[in-house]
Amino acid sequence: MSNIALEVHDLTVAYRRRPVLWNVDFQTTEGRLVGVVGPNGAGKTTLIKAILGLTPLASGHVEIYGQPYAQQRQLIGYVPQRESVDWEFPVTVRDVVLMGTYGRLGWFRRPGAAEKAIADRCLAQVGLTDFAGRQIRQLSGGQQQRAFLARALAQEATIYFMDEPFAGVDAATEAAILELLRSLREAGKTVFVVHHDLQTVREYFDEVLLLNMRLVAYGSVREVFTQQNLQRTYGGRLTLLDQAAEAVSLREPPT
Amino acid sequence: MTMYMIGPSLFAISIAGKVALGAGLLGAAAGVIGSFAVLKRRSLVGDMIAHASLPGVCLAFLIAGSRDSDALAIGALLAGMLGVGCVAVITRWTRTKDDAAVSLVLSVFFGAGVVILTYLQNHGTGGQAGLDSYLFGEIASLQSRDVRRLAIVLGLVLIGVTLAFKELRLATFDEEFARSQGWPTLAIDFAVLGAIALVTVVGLPLCGVVLVAAMLIYPCAAARCWSNKLAVVLVIAAVIGALAASGGVLLASFPAIGGPIGEWSAWLVGSTPPPGPMIVLTGAVLFGLSLCFAPEQGLLAKLIRDANLRHIIGRDHLLRSLYELTEPQLAARPGVTLSQLADDFRGRSAQLRRLLAEIENEKWIERSGDSVRFTSAGLNRATQVVRAHRIWELYLVHYVDIPADHVDGGADDLEHLLPPELVTRLETELATAGRLPPNLKSIHPL
Amino acid sequence: MTELLANIDVRAVLVALVTNIACALAGVFLVLRRHSLMGDALSHAVLPGLVLAFLFTGSLGAGPMLLGAAAAGLATALLTQLVASSGRVSNDAALGVVFTALFALGVLLVKRFLGKIHFDIACVYEGSLLNAALDTVSFGGVELPRTLWQGLLVLAIVAGCLTLFWKELGISAFDPVLATTMGLSANKMHYLLMLLVSLTAVVSFQAVGSILVVAMLVAPTATAHLLTDRLMPLVVWATLLAITATLVGYAAAVRFDFSPAGAMAVASGALFALAALLGPRHGLVSRVVGNLRVGRRIRRDDLLSSAYRREESGVAAPIAASAAVAEIGGGLLAWWAYVDLLRKGLATRSATGLTLTELGRTEGAQLVRAHRLWESYLVEQMGIAEDHVHAAAHEVEHFLDAELRERLAAERPAGEKDPHGRVIP
Repeated sequence: MSNIALEVHDLTVAYRRRPVLWNVDFQTTEGRLVGVVGPNGAGKTTLIKAILGLTPLASGHVEIYGQPYAQQRQLIGYVPQRESVDWEFPVTVRDVVLMGTYGRLGWFRRPGAAEKAIADRCLAQVGLTDFAGRQIRQLSGGQQQRAFLARALAQEATIYFMDEPFAGVDAATEAAILELLRSLREAGKTVFVVHHDLQTVREYFDEVLLLNMRLVAYGSVREVFTQQNLQRTYGGRLTLLDQAAEAVSLREPPT
Repeated sequence: MTMYMIGPSLFAISIAGKVALGAGLLGAAAGVIGSFAVLKRRSLVGDMIAHASLPGVCLAFLIAGSRDSDALAIGALLAGMLGVGCVAVITRWTRTKDDAAVSLVLSVFFGAGVVILTYLQNHGTGGQAGLDSYLFGEIASLQSRDVRRLAIVLGLVLIGVTLAFKELRLATFDEEFARSQGWPTLAIDFAVLGAIALVTVVGLPLCGVVLVAAMLIYPCAAARCWSNKLAVVLVIAAVIGALAASGGVLLASFPAIGGPIGEWSAWLVGSTPPPGPMIVLTGAVLFGLSLCFAPEQGLLAKLIRDANLRHIIGRDHLLRSLYELTEPQLAARPGVTLSQLADDFRGRSAQLRRLLAEIENEKWIERSGDSVRFTSAGLNRATQVVRAHRIWELYLVHYVDIPADHVDGGADDLEHLLPPELVTRLETELATAGRLPPNLKSIHPL
Repeated sequence: MTELLANIDVRAVLVALVTNIACALAGVFLVLRRHSLMGDALSHAVLPGLVLAFLFTGSLGAGPMLLGAAAAGLATALLTQLVASSGRVSNDAALGVVFTALFALGVLLVKRFLGKIHFDIACVYEGSLLNAALDTVSFGGVELPRTLWQGLLVLAIVAGCLTLFWKELGISAFDPVLATTMGLSANKMHYLLMLLVSLTAVVSFQAVGSILVVAMLVAPTATAHLLTDRLMPLVVWATLLAITATLVGYAAAVRFDFSPAGAMAVASGALFALAALLGPRHGLVSRVVGNLRVGRRIRRDDLLSSAYRREESGVAAPIAASAAVAEIGGGLLAWWAYVDLLRKGLATRSATGLTLTELGRTEGAQLVRAHRLWESYLVEQMGIAEDHVHAAAHEVEHFLDAELRERLAAERPAGEKDPHGRVIP
């Protein structure tokens, strides 16, 4: 039997007490490329952040290879959304990629020759070697995204979470990223990718996780990525669920 | 004793030197630690801490009963950190936004400080005159002990930043990623704020409330113009901070040294200019210089780049006009009269003359009397320019769906910036799509 | 009347009231647009404008002074934009650079040119309400402090602009992009605000000092925002709070011989703290109490539904109160809920233990109904596995009102059982 890389158990996330994700429950086997798909505001980013412990959970728990997240941090690679940082910040592309190795280094130890070699290798993998010395603002959108990917690669993780790595990138970058995702899978890594473009889901991913405030369906693309499930995911909001969320957030007794 | 034997003027200079040294140490420390506030986009946190520390100073004075600077500094530090805590509590637990919370804490704490201060004054505890210096600074009161203390603070800041450089860089740049790696970003944040508070309170008696806040902002803002690497930014910020502070103090002492310089500077800034404002204005000048003259990112460099671009655009236009006038008999390279060209450069005859002289200098044209004709090198060059222009136009029409009569303007701006490889790529792409008209093929470089 | 106006305290209070109300009004949109720090910056940056106006005209008449303030205020806003547009420096740093430089220039000018005249530099921070009250001019036969006249003028300007540009300011504070697409330039409103703040700052400056200006710009609106959610009441609250802070502060200052400006700033801070603690809806205390009540209600519901389930399953024997409380997790809140249960007449206590009354039975049925309906919904509509729904339904059951319950019920055939095969009451 193959290893369970990630288990999410009855995860509920509330924002100001209003539930935005209800009872998400699934487990993923090692070595899969998983697309996280759903409409805007479905909670895709929230799910990733909740798994990574960046957003508090209202209930439920997350296990990485059978252990809580806090003990398995070194197994995790993370690619946040591109808008989440200040691109004017005085760091070079290489500095950013080096940050991927910080978690392993621990307090006060500087990245040494070994870490720099890793960073250079990761830069080469995403084709940014020639841009290593540039300030990050001086990259195109696609290159910025690749720099973030290289940083995640430098984490040398086992499970990767990528928040919209394909957003706003050119065709060449999209192809390069896809190439990279596949090579990660070849190496036995598990990769979760928040994805927007329904056209490419079938081609890109092994498994798909359809999300809209709750887990609509999860499984292999062939079985799950069906017209019917998509309709359930995108077919309007669940007004009842919305109203229940509203009622819970107001915390006022029913009349 | 020895001081007096050296003589009064040297004595004055040695005091000025000590004061400048102290100010320089403070400036360097403020420059380094302030950079982390500026880069995190909360530059005014120093301003908040400086204001919020006043009640601490006054209470420490009330309790210690003397102007013991250590007690006052500890009081200031505690009050400043309390202010930071209040802002954190207000933004966390109420709907008040951070900017309002900062302003609120700043003004209310300072108001409380003023209340205690006037209480002290009105109840004649004596010595309270010294507390006034917390408002505007009294750098002349700097003593050897203060210099030592400033050196220790600078040392602490430098050691801390050097040791935790990696952590600070990560937590300042991408807090969320840092948290996903398990770094205690909140603790790092408070450590930075604590260091800022420390520098602020040791700087307070020297520069005063508002101006110590400025010392945290200027160095990084200026250094940011010079470099894109954090370590370099920090070093430059330290240097600029030290320069501004000691330079400001020295400038403030000019009127006292007499002679023509002294008189002139006394006329300019008064006979006893306050050092705090002098430091800030020196910093402002350094910042202004950085903003204007930094390579690559300075305003001057930008102006030069723009002028260069405009120049290239003008030259390309001239080459294209000449080419188009020559085009009917390209191989013969007939002469073109200046009056024909003047049509394309109406109202810009001076520019036309200058550009003609320039391309003649480049040996791209030959002039005979009133007419000019391409040399073969010139035709070659013009061909490249026209080719880029036309291919870009075609690309816009076919791929960007811009109507044909609108492309000329759009093509004008960008075509001058197209790298040759891209032109070749566009050309192949258009050719494979069968969209390259035969007449365009004829202007391949000869 | 004139006798009253001759009283120095009355004059001082009037000056402070007028300037503080002007500040509070100008601050409303400043805080709502999240530009509070601009208030801090402007209240310092107007100093050189004030000094230059004084140097050029030799007087502190309203005209030159307001012009100087307007010039300095606009210079701050423009320079900040210029520095920030260089792209190297973020907005806040640009602001910090500009206003400290202008302030330093102002201090230097004061020391250079006004050092020996009546301009006490410490006044920059705390002002001098007494001097302001003493320096009177007669206007239309009424002798009032000069600052009061100026303050009234500025108050009129501020109130006038707010009335005229009410909807423009409102929209551009709420959604600058929308405002600009509607042709109401948010940028122009920004400059208008900067102008108003500079004008109020410069008048308040002499009377109460720069720091109280900041306090009065920010604190009333921030406090009012804790008390109300709507714009018009917010303006009224802000004005009332400014008045209260002024009166309380002045009274304390007279009583204990403090700086009035400092005392007013502290009073406005105290009002904020009070509102943050005791505010009706957003206050800390009411939120804690609210949470406790919800906690109690949830536990009361739990007591009811577990008693109902026991009856349903046919275990007729009531269980002891302590056992019932322990069953729902125990603790003080649970006991409180138990007391509440008895008081509301939902259950009675007998020697054998807890028994539901008729009312309690109905309520318990409703709760269990909500629970089971939600479970069914989770399983059928959301495709969640049966064995995962109980905890989730347990969380939600307390908050489903009658309407929601009926809508849930409407989505399923009548008389159907819940996922665990139990009847839905």
